[in-house]
Amino acid sequence: MRLVCIVCPNGCVLEAEKTPEGIKVTGNKCKRGIAFATEELTAPKRSLTTTVATVYPDMPVVPVRTDGEIPKEKIFDLMAYLKKVKADKRYRAGEVICKDAMGLGADIIITIDMIE
Amino acid sequence: MSDYKAIVIGGGPAGLAAALAAANEGAKVLMIEREARLGGILKQCVHDGFGVIRFGEKLSGCEYAQRFINGVKQNANIEVRLQTFVIQIEKTEEFRITATSARGIEVFTAENLVLANGCRERTARQVNIHGTRPAGVMTAGVAQNYVNLQGALPTKRCVILGSGDIGLIMARRLTLEGAQVVGVYEAKSTPSGLTRNISQCLTDFNIPLHLSKTVKRVFGNNRVEAVEICDVNDKMEYIDGTEEIIACDALIISVGLIPENELAESLHIQIDPRTKGPLVDQNMMTSLDGVYSVGNALHVHDLVDYVSETAEIAGKALTQPKKQREWTDIQHNGFLYLVPQKLDLAALADKTVFYFRTAIPLASAILKASVDGEVVFTKKYAHLKPPEMEKVEVPLQLQQGQKVVFSLEDGEVR
Ligand SMILES: Cc1cc2nc3c(=O)[nH]c(=O)nc-3n(C[C@H](O)[C@H](O)[C@H](O)COP(=O)(O)OP(=O)(O)OC[C@H]3O[C@@H](n4cnc5c(N)ncnc54)[C@H](O)[C@@H]3O)c2cc1C
Ligand code: SF4
Repeated sequence: MRLVCIVCPNGCVLEAEKTPEGIKVTGNKCKRGIAFATEELTAPKRSLTTTVATVYPDMPVVPVRTDGEIPKEKIFDLMAYLKKVKADKRYRAGEVICKDAMGLGADIIITIDMIE
Repeated sequence: MSDYKAIVIGGGPAGLAAALAAANEGAKVLMIEREARLGGILKQCVHDGFGVIRFGEKLSGCEYAQRFINGVKQNANIEVRLQTFVIQIEKTEEFRITATSARGIEVFTAENLVLANGCRERTARQVNIHGTRPAGVMTAGVAQNYVNLQGALPTKRCVILGSGDIGLIMARRLTLEGAQVVGVYEAKSTPSGLTRNISQCLTDFNIPLHLSKTVKRVFGNNRVEAVEICDVNDKMEYIDGTEEIIACDALIISVGLIPENELAESLHIQIDPRTKGPLVDQNMMTSLDGVYSVGNALHVHDLVDYVSETAEIAGKALTQPKKQREWTDIQHNGFLYLVPQKLDLAALADKTVFYFRTAIPLASAILKASVDGEVVFTKKYAHLKPPEMEKVEVPLQLQQGQKVVFSLEDGEVR
């Protein structure tokens, strides 16, 4: 199977194949590509970056991301969940706004200082 | 004496890195930014993938900028003026900057000037589309601003024209927010965005990418109602009979960025027709002594990591004692562009950093640098594409009058 490694900006085009000895990967410039392809064929994961609403008119939304990756098929569920979250204090970059959101194994962190 | 060692115009990643590098060498710096917050375009880049080269981490654009903003705020040598717009630059023995803000009109003077004012997006007017101009025709950057800064969804169902990275990022972003992206249409036969963005922004969300197709016409009076899509050949001519009407409420345009060079032009600085930004030497100094150009104002970068890096070169260089420059040309072939375009022989280090894009996609390539016909450096590449900028360090030793030629050749041909 043809995959594009999204781990770094090189974007290596990988050829990954399931064989009896395990998953064979070619086209990777580094070993992170092998880990990516293996996961992609077994349990694909993604990080999610989006925004959540705030109570502040000067900054109606604030950027957030998952601190780590979550199962790819849960992305839209997590989006729906985050639609209900509202930042009601001035967070700093790196602070957690939702601990282990939906039990998916990743915290949601704010990615900007909300201090004016 | 001037008020400052340097005035940096623009508080995006380029300006932040240049100011920090200069201030860390002890220089007194003034940063002027027209918006209310520092960070430049990265303020609206909530997606991740920034900083992999520099920090070995996948940061969002906001987080990447925040690291530099924190540095600037903590640095006593840097003064920041927000919501301040530069309206005039004059060159006497020093630079006199006239700026307006809520405080009124002020004049600041400096020995050096760093132009870090970024780039702008090509708009619908710069591509050939017929029909009306109703609301809903917008650039990808404007759509990004609506969604990521204002929390507003500017479309329910849209077509994206152009496969630039910002368009790809926005295809995913709008889909996540619940809009329907009918497809990304690219007039060229190859996509212009990074391969990884095609994969993680389009393939992951089943958004089709249509190559050799463009938008011919926009329909709608007050608001976009539909667009007409049409096949194009490699000369960008419409192919009759391939027209197709697609109902949508927005046309989002992502057809490239151009350096913002109004300030540079007002100083009669020489512009490179290839990059559309100023010509510079290895220290990012333009044709005018004391004026540096960095970041997207110099040439459009696809990775912010390199923006910071070039800006730091300039920030550091401006703190060095001034010497008479000895500019020499670099000739090149096979490149879309090569930066720096000039070398200052009086300040040549052991190694010189170059940034380039290939003119055409090459499965394998050899870069050669020669001095007076003698090859002094070669490097092999696999998979060079025009959308992906490369960096190379070349050891160059030169005398005045020697001829430097860079070439990029197809690696298969011997
Ligand atoms: C819409 C958009 C999206 C992008 N997305 C990505 C991405 O996803 N990933 C990526 O790596 N790169 C992206 N880029 C490229 C990105 O611009 C660069 O990586 C980086 O932000 C360039 O930094 P810069 O400091 O040169 O320019 P900018 O970030 O544009 O900063 C320039 C600053 O100068 C200020 N300014 C301009 N003129 C004046 C004036 N006369 N007076 C005072 N201040 C002034 C502006 O307000 C701005 O803050 C994007 C670019 C655009 C336009
Ligand atoms: S394989 Fe390694 S070098 Fe290639 S894209 Fe993945 S992480 Fe980057």
